[in-house]
Amino acid sequence: MKRSGEGARAVRPGAALLGLPLLLGGCEALKLGVVNHAGPVAADQWHLFLQLALVLIFVAGPVFILVPLFAWHYRLSNRDDAYRPNWGFSWPLELLIWIPPAAIVIGLGVLLWNATHRLDPYRPLASNQPPLEVQVVALDWKWLFIYPKEGIATVNRLAIPVGRPVHLSLTSGTVMQSLLIPQLAGQIYAMAGMRTHLHLAASRAGVFRGQNTQFNGKGFQNQKFDVVALPPADYRRWLGQVRAVRRPLDDKTLAAITARSIAPQPALFSSVPPGLFEHLMIASTQGQAH
Amino acid sequence: MSAPLLPALLGRFRWDALPFVRAWENPNANELIAAGAGALVVAGALFMVVLITRLGRWRWLWTEWLTSLDHKKIGIMYIVIALVMLARALIEANLMRLQQAVAIGNPGLVAPEHFAELFSTHGSIMIFFMAMPFLTGLINYLVPLQIGARDVAYPLLNAIGLWLTAAGAGLMMAPLVIGRFSTGGWSGYPPFTEIGFNPGVGPDYWIWAITLGSIASTLAGINIAVTIYKMRCPGMTLMRMPLFAWTSLCTAILMIFAMPPLTVATALLALDRYLDFHFFTNALGGNMMHYANLFWMFGHPEVYIVILPAFGIYSEVVSTFSSKELYGYNSLVIATMAIAVLSFTVWLHHFFTMGQSPSLNAVFGIATMAIGVPTGVKIYNWIWTMFRGEVRFTTPMCYALAFMMTFVLGGLTGIILAFPPLDYIVHNTLFLVAHFHNMLISGTLYGLLAAYTFWFPKAFGFRLDERWGKISCACWVIGFYLAFMPLYVLGAAGMARRTPAVMETAYRPWLYAAEVGALVLFCGFVALLVQLWVSLRNRAATRVFAGDPWDGRALEWSIAAPPPEYNFARLPQVDQRHWFFDAKRKGAPYAPPARYEDIQMPKNSAVAPIIGIASTAAGFALVWHMWWLAILGVLAVVATVITRSFARDTHRLIPASAVERMERTWLDAVARARPIPREMETTPANAGLAEVHP
Repeated sequence: MKRSGEGARAVRPGAALLGLPLLLGGCEALKLGVVNHAGPVAADQWHLFLQLALVLIFVAGPVFILVPLFAWHYRLSNRDDAYRPNWGFSWPLELLIWIPPAAIVIGLGVLLWNATHRLDPYRPLASNQPPLEVQVVALDWKWLFIYPKEGIATVNRLAIPVGRPVHLSLTSGTVMQSLLIPQLAGQIYAMAGMRTHLHLAASRAGVFRGQNTQFNGKGFQNQKFDVVALPPADYRRWLGQVRAVRRPLDDKTLAAITARSIAPQPALFSSVPPGLFEHLMIASTQGQAH
Repeated sequence: MSAPLLPALLGRFRWDALPFVRAWENPNANELIAAGAGALVVAGALFMVVLITRLGRWRWLWTEWLTSLDHKKIGIMYIVIALVMLARALIEANLMRLQQAVAIGNPGLVAPEHFAELFSTHGSIMIFFMAMPFLTGLINYLVPLQIGARDVAYPLLNAIGLWLTAAGAGLMMAPLVIGRFSTGGWSGYPPFTEIGFNPGVGPDYWIWAITLGSIASTLAGINIAVTIYKMRCPGMTLMRMPLFAWTSLCTAILMIFAMPPLTVATALLALDRYLDFHFFTNALGGNMMHYANLFWMFGHPEVYIVILPAFGIYSEVVSTFSSKELYGYNSLVIATMAIAVLSFTVWLHHFFTMGQSPSLNAVFGIATMAIGVPTGVKIYNWIWTMFRGEVRFTTPMCYALAFMMTFVLGGLTGIILAFPPLDYIVHNTLFLVAHFHNMLISGTLYGLLAAYTFWFPKAFGFRLDERWGKISCACWVIGFYLAFMPLYVLGAAGMARRTPAVMETAYRPWLYAAEVGALVLFCGFVALLVQLWVSLRNRAATRVFAGDPWDGRALEWSIAAPPPEYNFARLPQVDQRHWFFDAKRKGAPYAPPARYEDIQMPKNSAVAPIIGIASTAAGFALVWHMWWLAILGVLAVVATVITRSFARDTHRLIPASAVERMERTWLDAVARARPIPREMETTPANAGLAEVHP
């Protein structure tokens, strides 16, 4: 009895320490992630996570129960149970520890196969509207978004209409980077000379954080952008506002953007030269030795 | 200050390569931390030099240790390197956690590029110069003892491996004092590490340190595999080997096949950087995907290289301290082999997010999950080993229990990461960081520390302090949960890894908790040092000369502690798996041989230290473009190897009379020792003779 009392006393400060972040409102942080999803892709990913977590509880449960139970029950000072030092094999047990885990992995394999195809970032989202095409160029240390059909571009701000699928084509003007908007969709890499794709959509209006997650030097921590999901009417108004700034993305501005620097605030450009994305994709693989 | 100084002689060295000069010119917190770290390294090195000189131990150090070809001494030296590097990488971890905890909405203490150096060295050191040397040291020490051999297959190769590891570790330490380290992370992904984006010395330091380390590991792998295949004592069939020997064999095979892709990857990157090749550049046909493939073809098996020996350690520890035979030996062997093979089929899961087809991602995802089956089987084997046993809660057993619970958590998050759609969400975030620390701390580090505590009395002849061992264990366990569970939350909340400053104030409580956890982990290391100090002071009372303090099962427990240079006066004749354990039950485990014989052992050799020093010089010179020194270093290595190939007199004899004298002293001590019941194994009464108890 005395021993268990000591154990409880030892546990209390530890539990208090673990509980501390929660008391301080730690759940706020999760609102920035996939838990607080705002689009069909992230929602599907979150549900997949919950499904998997449910299965995994049953996988891990026996270990969490048996390890402390056996260790304590068969402790040296407990003389109540039979001691079988030379027992080391049993067919029924062997079958029990090999077959169910293998069966679970086969089952999860089916789930994985289907989910991977369903949530393939290259797969267009089902919708009766054509996707909004946005071309994304990863630069040090900023994101350039080109709207080829609208003929506009932005830096570090991606405005999208709520409810309409968005198709991002990505490349990098410099080193490898990775684009992640946790509340909307998973990430995909942007690599020089290559084009990758990501489909996403927002199901409600709001401002969501997007970022580069692949370290690329000094300004990495500032390479964040806002995804502004606007109701369709507001989105059209926003397009009008961008066109009204009358600031074309000319060669001089482009040179300033592609130089290694941090953008202090988002920038909007009322027009872009046609084929800029393809031009940047090819430029990064030519001429320069790196 | 910033112009190169004597370029012909000193290459691209400039005064501002010294952190002290930088701190003098620009005394801010960032530069002062860098200069402080540099000063600590210099002071530590000077202290050691002065100490050894004062004690007059240079000759002793050279003849007894540095030139020794004894696998036991080489093993211990590997572990000393690992512990020194562990101290450094832990301090860096604390500095990184401190930075993230204070840099919420402001730049914090260290500059972004300094922070990048910290995570790059932390990762490179922990994998290549902490985990690898530690486990190579353990394997070196234990495998010949466990399979009843007097030595490893290639003693000189073994020493060269040690010295190349030391050379790599030296190149990891050098940038603290001269220059800067890479900012490219432990995986050194191009094109970021290419000359166009990273013209400094950092990536070159990384390349040469890793190259030396990977060559050393390839050599170690070959040596271990051949030793196990060829040097087993009579009767020691493969299926009679202790589990640690089995996992060492699998690790050795993995090393032989997995290290060369890494050596090739770093060599190609060096060609890109030094000779303007274009393997991984953006331009002129280079493609970094080739690097990703090569690196992870090494990188994934590497995970199992560092974890399989720990599985072997847990098998020995759980069986010994449950006072029971290991449950499911055959299953464990099959599971180990299955893991070793499967580990080569999953490397692509490291870049699910680079835009492969979903079918390809799914195949690699399923292969990744499949590893969960044999791993789960192993956990259950250890659980059933405790069943109907007599469990003793010694320090190594506490590590094993903490491991079983914690490792399962890591396995669960591993399955989450194996699902490509979920990997998209948490790849490159702190969730991933939490996952691999979950595997490597509870898997590898707890295993290494359990092994350190378990076999320390065998290696040094006295036991470690149990109380400080438990304190240390508690710190490593509690610290782990505090430091890494918050990172799972932060990762799920979208916090990218390698972030030197944080914009979201919502992350604050979790970052604070993680910082406290890092401090507790550091306390675990301090407790280890205190334990060593206390144990050294009390060593007269805790001697276990008779050699078997825990009622051990494998052959290493059947000889004196510490073992004589030749390990076994007579090579054992084994007729079953638990030969020594069974001999103790039947009666005569310590019967002296009818006749003692001369024993041939390898002579000390200066070849390995010379190769080690010359390759350090060559690596350092390549980093700084001091071409004359690089050429000199490489020539010295080649010349040493050629000279050695002419040496004929490479062995010495230990005469039968000397063997007899040593064995008699030990057998007399065994005869005098009082057999110790399990309840009293941690008391001073334990002189290393276990009470036989059916």
